[in-house]
Order: sequence, then structure tokens, then C-alpha cells
Amino acid sequence: MFKWLRDYLYFLWRCFVISFVGEPLFYIWMTFLTCLALIGLNAYCKQLVHGLMMTGMTDHVSWGLYIANFTYLVGMAAAAVMLVIPAYVYKRHDVHEITIFGELFAIASIVMCLLFVTVDLGRPDRFWHLIPGIGRFNFPISMLSWDVVVLNVYLFINLHITGYLLYMRYLGREPNKWLYLPFVFLSIAWAVSIHTVTAFLLAGFAARPFWNTAVMGPRFIASAFAAGPAVIIITIQLIQKVFRYRTSIEAIYLLRRIVQVSMIINMFLLLNEVFKEFYTDALHNASARYLFFGLHGHDALVPWIWTALAMNTVSLILLMSPWTRRMVPLNIACLLLIVGIWIEKGMGLIVPGFIPNPLGEIVEYVPTWNEILICVGIWAVGAIIYTILLRCTTPILKGKLKINLKYTQRNVSY
Amino acid sequence: MTDKSDQHKCGCGKNNGDCESHRDDPGLTPVSRRDFLKRSAVIGSGAAALIAAMSPLRLLKETITAEEFVQRHYKEMSKEELDKVIARISAKVRDRFGVTPRLRDVKPMDGVEYVYALNLSRCNGSRRCVHACVNENNQSRSPEIQYISVFKMPKGTMDMEQGTRHYDPEQVPEDDSYYLPVQCQQCENPPCVKACPVEATWQEKDGITVIDYNWCIGCRYCEAACPYWARRFNFTEPDIPKERLNPDMAYLSNRPRPKGVVEKCHFCLHRTREGRLPACLEACPTGARIFGNILDPESEVSYVLKKKRVFILKEEAGTLPRFFYFFDK
Repeated sequence: MFKWLRDYLYFLWRCFVISFVGEPLFYIWMTFLTCLALIGLNAYCKQLVHGLMMTGMTDHVSWGLYIANFTYLVGMAAAAVMLVIPAYVYKRHDVHEITIFGELFAIASIVMCLLFVTVDLGRPDRFWHLIPGIGRFNFPISMLSWDVVVLNVYLFINLHITGYLLYMRYLGREPNKWLYLPFVFLSIAWAVSIHTVTAFLLAGFAARPFWNTAVMGPRFIASAFAAGPAVIIITIQLIQKVFRYRTSIEAIYLLRRIVQVSMIINMFLLLNEVFKEFYTDALHNASARYLFFGLHGHDALVPWIWTALAMNTVSLILLMSPWTRRMVPLNIACLLLIVGIWIEKGMGLIVPGFIPNPLGEIVEYVPTWNEILICVGIWAVGAIIYTILLRCTTPILKGKLKINLKYTQRNVSY
Repeated sequence: MTDKSDQHKCGCGKNNGDCESHRDDPGLTPVSRRDFLKRSAVIGSGAAALIAAMSPLRLLKETITAEEFVQRHYKEMSKEELDKVIARISAKVRDRFGVTPRLRDVKPMDGVEYVYALNLSRCNGSRRCVHACVNENNQSRSPEIQYISVFKMPKGTMDMEQGTRHYDPEQVPEDDSYYLPVQCQQCENPPCVKACPVEATWQEKDGITVIDYNWCIGCRYCEAACPYWARRFNFTEPDIPKERLNPDMAYLSNRPRPKGVVEKCHFCLHRTREGRLPACLEACPTGARIFGNILDPESEVSYVLKKKRVFILKEEAGTLPRFFYFFDK
């Protein structure tokens, strides 16, 4: 009667085992990541002991690198939908084959998001206050409580879809449409919602005019749909090389087109924002002046934002040109865009919201080393998770990791 | 090839032979004893590295007891539960400061809504209120947390960006300036309460927005939401010298706060709810501060709100402050 359970546990066990086995490159990579993760853990333990004083944050700039990375990664997670839509709505078979890599990427991103929020908490020991039912959840009023709900649900939707499809492939059975298709379509709406809610989280308050803008949501979505598929373009090529999993070039071209369009929209929305801030030239644009030109001699972010703008512009030009039909220029464009958007949407969006503070005081923010190490550690954990997920997924997709025939036969004879 | 490797499933009995499936993906084959030992060594050194990485935790001074961990929200606790919590916190304060505090839970009164009014013509920027507040409310002294920010403003503007908190003349007031003290405005429509994901901060019926320091998770979203920069976060363990502790304290106001939670002005509710005046008002040398019950038509604040041309800060934020300013020679 419990055969299905035994089969499933055996499946999990085998996935567990193969995630520790691989070629030399795999070991080097995983050891490297584990070292980074441990360094991050060490830094976090220091922060637990001494408090958030270990970071560069103050009462003036009360959110920093953690929330900046969080915002960026929510976009990364949402971007998986850019593979799901062509595959399921437009029935693009070539994209269908790589959709799962996008969904796995979403899982790793969401885990990183949750870690970034956790390290930002002053009292992580009280996390259970956030759990509906046993805690006390300010839902639906607080945008942060919305974010907690949508992120966790999105994580489970993706875990379910990928887990179910992979397990069916492993069993060699045809998946039941009713058990996954509704979730696939739900995930499309949900992906948009996680990033919209994260935008609302920032945009919802009169206290921060820099964030209090209606284009925040659209800008978030556009930048996510540019940066996310750009990351997927690069990872798909890596998967091809490292795990010898063949994908079609057409799928990459489709992603390139998605990045092109999203990037145009993203730059357009940025232009709108800049126009509104500087042409109106009202008092409320102090944060924007600080970001782009510096304010009263304070200009820590100025080189960053102009670097980001330069990267984004060059990347857009490259993407629009036919050169990027070749892989090397395409990868350069993608890398520029990934970093450019990370700066623009992370530090370039979160930090200026706090400068000057609501009473007009300017206190700048510089992350500390400890803070940076924690961030590096979390990125390493994300990379470990994604690598392990890929390590288990590719043999299943290639048909090499299947329910053992002997094992099933033995069961039948019982 | 796929079929072949399936049937093999290590028919060859070796782990590193030349059978196709091994070469293709060593992870799909059973593990030999030697590999197992090798792996155990790796896992062992990994565990050692993990313990080393977590070693800073041994410096953790204060451990959280099970009782503290499961403590419920202020509004959900029964009278008995709250009494127990208060006894526990009192004992902790006694251990740490050597003083037995008069710690209690002070409830809001019926028919009372507190309002503050500040006469900007009188304020001379002495900042006595700032320091009286720190002494009264057991704020951390290092780093010092202050609830009141006094801005020196050039005459002729209301733009806060023109002002500064950092002024240090021989004598106040200075001729070309006026002084604008800002603290929690106890808004009727408080964005901080909206922001809090766990309802650790709420507005009481006398208009005071309070924080349950034992429920706050320290996300600092309320700090981002406040248009008056009224909230402060304990970035580290608050440091209060023993001899400076004010033992007159309430659960929702000035009891010593733990590390990692948010705090702010609470109109000295442990005083005002028992009929006394806020510490900042008592310390003011010029009588610029006026405090009272707006629901009482005879109160001084009612008079000021009726007769003076009062204004509020950042009216456009829609927060409906209970803190009013006016100029009056």
C-alpha cells in the first residue's frame, strides 16, 4: 500500500546521493560555493551577536544592501514566467524543454529572497510572528505581509510543478494535465503579482516621495523581465556545456527578443521617471538629485548610477544590433544588463529613498564588509541550490535517472 | 544508450569501470566502500568547518528563554499572563541594573485623547526636552537614541531640508533662526501601523501609538513608512548606565528595550495616563509645550486649537497628526 511512498522516498534519496557526486569541476565549484556560504554564515553569526550595528545601516538609511538584493531577486524569480508563457500559452516546443530551468531558477531565487529578508530582521528569533494562524498577521493591510504570502505561495507553486513533472519523468509516466497545468497558469499570474507587491511595498508611502510613484510596478516588471531572461540565456549555455544537455538556439533567440523588448520598456520608464523628477524640479526631487548629481556635496551613489546607465545603454544598443545573434556579444550584452539593472534597481532605488530622510537630513550609506560577506554567502547558497537542482534534473530529463527496472520488478514479484 | 545504462545499473559491479553509464554520469551508480569513506571524511571536515563558522555565537550574551520565545502578543495575553511577563521583566531589570523597577501596565483612560501643541515663537532651541526625554525613557546612551529632533531653521522657510539638527552656538536662540522640534506626531492615520506586518505597533484609544517590544520582529518597515522620522531602531544592545535607569516604567513605554526592536515617543504614557505631564514638557524652560486632553473643552490644548492659528507638519501626507505647531508672540 505504501509502495508509492517508498518509491518517492527512494527517488528523493537518489537525488540526494547524486547531488554529492560529479566530475572534478563539479567538486571544485561546490567546494568553492560552500566556502563562500560558510564565510557568509560566519558573518551572520557575528551580526546575530552584535546586532545590525555590524551593517552600514542607520536610523537614517534603515534598509540597505539586504533589501536591495531582495528586490532584485524577487524580479529574478518572477522572470521564470517569461519561459512559461511561450511554452504553455504559445506552445513553443523548443522553449518547453528549457522552461523547467527557469522554474528551478525561480525556486533558488525565492530561497535567496527569504534569506535576505531573514538576515535583515532585527529579531529573527521572532519569525513565527509572521506565520498566519500562530502569529499575528497584519493582512491585508501591510504590504510586507502580502509579500510574505505571495513569495511563499510562489515557492510552493514552483516546487510543485517542477517536482511533479520531474517525478513523472522519473517514473516514466505521462503527467496528469489536471495536476500541473492549472498551477502553471496560476504561476503566470503569481509571478507578476510577487513583483508588483514588492513594488507596492516601496511605493505605498507618502514619507518617501522617491518611491511614491505609479511607474514603480511597471518598472519593476520591465527590469525583471529584462534581467531574468538575460540570466537564463547565460545559464542555458552553461547547462549545455556542463551537463551536456542540448537545447535549441531558437529558444535562446526568443529569449533575446524578450530581453530586447523588456529593456526598451525599462529604459523608457526610467526616462519617464527622470523627466518627472527633473523637469518639475519641485522639492520632492531631492532624492533623485542626490542619486544622479549628488546633494550638498554628498555623492556616494553618483558614480554607481551613471555606470549602471552606461551599462544599460550599451547593452541595449548591443541587443538591438544583429551582432548579438552570435553568442559572445549576446553574453556580453546580457552580463552588462544583469549588473546594470542590479545597480539601478538595488542600491540605486532602495538607498536614495532614504536620502535625504523625511526631515531633510542627509546621512549617506556605505555597506560594511560584514554586510557584504553575508550577501555573498546568500548568493553562494542560492548557487548551491540551483546547481544541486540542475544536477538532479538533467539526468532525469535525459532519461538516465529513472526508477530502477530491477527494483520495480522485485516489487512486482512481492 | 539509455536503455543499456538502465539495465546495467551496475551490472559490472564496479564503480569506476569503463561501462558506459559510469563514464557518463558517475552519480547514477551505487557507492563503493572506499568512496563512502572518502565521502565521510569530506562530510566530517565540512561539519568541522560549519562549527568553526558558527563559533561567534559563543559570544552571545543573552539567550532567549523558552518562555520569552513563546510569549504572545500584548493584546492576546490575559491579565495573569501579562502579570507573569511583567514579573519576569522586572526580575531581569533587577539583575541587570540592581534596581527594582516599578513596572506596570498602564491602560488608556476613557474620554481622553491626547494632543500636543508647540509654540514655535517660544521655543529657543535649548534642547532640554531632548535630554529630559532620554533620561525619562531609558533610551540607549551609547549609541544615544533620541526621540525628539530639534531643527534650527532659517527664518522665512518651512522646508525642512534648509534646517539642521547640528547647531552649537554659545547661546540660544540665534537671531536669524527659529527652532522646530519634531517627535512622533501620534497620527490619527498612522502609516507605521499600516506598515507593520505583525501588528506589533498599534494606536490606542487615547490616540497614542504604542509598540510591543516583545512582539516587534525588527523589519524596520515602519521606519521607512514614517514621514516624521520619529522611529528609532536598536541596532545593538541598548547601553544604559546603572545609575541612570529610571525605575518608573510601563510595559508599553519606557521599560528597557531589547536589541533589534523599534521604539519611539509614546507621549510618556506611564506619566500622562496617570495624570502627570510628559517629561519634555516639564523640562521646557520657555513653556513652549502644551499638552492635554482634546476631548475636554476646558483644557489648555482645546483653547490653543480653538484660538491660535495652528498648523501641522506635512499635511499633504494625510497622516492627521495630533501634534500641532503655532507661532504666537
